[in-house]
Amino acid sequence: MKPAPFAYARPASLDDALRMLSADAGDAMPIAGGQSLVPLLALRMSAAERLVDIGRLDALRHVAETASTVTIGAGITHAEIEDGRVPDPANGLMRRIASGIAYRAIRNQGTIGGSVALADPAADWPSCLIALRAVAKIAGPNGERHLAVTDLIEGIFATGLAPAELIVGFDIPKLAPTVRVGFAKVARKTGAFAMSLAIVVLDGADTRVVLGGASTRPLTLAHTSAALVTADAREAALRDAIARDLDTIDDLDAYAHRLHTATILRATAEARAS
Amino acid sequence: MKTVSLTLNINGADVTTAVEPRETLADVLRERLTMTATHVGCEHGACGACSVEVDGKIVRSCLMLGVMAEGRGVVTLEGLSDDPVIAVLRRTFHEKHAVQCGFCTPGMLMMARDLLKNRHVTSERDVRDGMAGQICRCTGYAGIVRAILAAAEELRRTSAGAPASA
Repeated sequence: MKPAPFAYARPASLDDALRMLSADAGDAMPIAGGQSLVPLLALRMSAAERLVDIGRLDALRHVAETASTVTIGAGITHAEIEDGRVPDPANGLMRRIASGIAYRAIRNQGTIGGSVALADPAADWPSCLIALRAVAKIAGPNGERHLAVTDLIEGIFATGLAPAELIVGFDIPKLAPTVRVGFAKVARKTGAFAMSLAIVVLDGADTRVVLGGASTRPLTLAHTSAALVTADAREAALRDAIARDLDTIDDLDAYAHRLHTATILRATAEARAS
Repeated sequence: MKTVSLTLNINGADVTTAVEPRETLADVLRERLTMTATHVGCEHGACGACSVEVDGKIVRSCLMLGVMAEGRGVVTLEGLSDDPVIAVLRRTFHEKHAVQCGFCTPGMLMMARDLLKNRHVTSERDVRDGMAGQICRCTGYAGIVRAILAAAEELRRTSAGAPASA
């Protein structure tokens, strides 16, 4: 349970970090909070010749708010979001989700950017940011590009980030005050990764439902989302739509089917009651 | 193995030692500095035995490399012998039978102190939620929960551990 040897550098600026990462492309790896990377290195499921510590870069801690958007730096920790130290674009949803990630000791150190870059299919932020239509701001050797989080996350621990690219932050559209949200998560114990998590955003014709922990990446459920556009969709119609969405997922056993159905229905009920 | 010189501020004093970059803060404390109050259980962030404070925030020292703590203020249980919250917890852990083999106890004390300093703890649920990341394999937790609740009540009556804000 000890990592293989590596070198360590702590660049003073984002540009220096990008230079180090591209000079050692493929052999260097960024580390921010390290809450997943340190154990993955120790388990030797991951390896690097050099770690580039981006955990103290001011450029990754930029937070801004406009009338329509909240920008949250990739280096903002779960605990900072939990404590309301950054604006919440989703009427409290992000604060609540942050408070349920792992344990306080891990939330103090783990970052929102790191969570998305890791792309664990059962993690909270990928599903949340996809449901909120967040756009990742990505810096690389060729400048900055913007990519919707739903397009950035490709599969289990797989993203569209090139080796020398870093997520700098996220632009997250603010929900109108009339938009209602619901969130439900089932885990084996407090702080464990979700076995199922559902986020429902009731936003008229743009209503969407995102399910995490069910497949290789968070899924936007097309049938369920469409069914919920009809404001008073009955539970039977909703269950039919959920079943059609779940049928598109490979290897879902009967228990998982019931579990996901339950989290979606619970998140829906909460959104409707809010 | 190639080492680097690392200066850490631990319990208020600067300490310089040679470390490999791959060593966790927990290993630096225990193996390089012989500060063994910090225990290492699971080594992957699940058990909480290695909890320490870095810049006033509770963290897992097995999930932070020693080099990542450079220039930050590290506080371990060794540095809290005169801490007023720890003093109360030390006593209530004894009175409520919260210690059996003792392996998890340093992490329990560090996390309980953080919880009592930062949250309003009034119910068993508050304690169990706040301490969910700390694993004990002996006690069944009942004594630990009682000890932390008793400490919370005592600290509410005095001013020592009152949270700075609601």
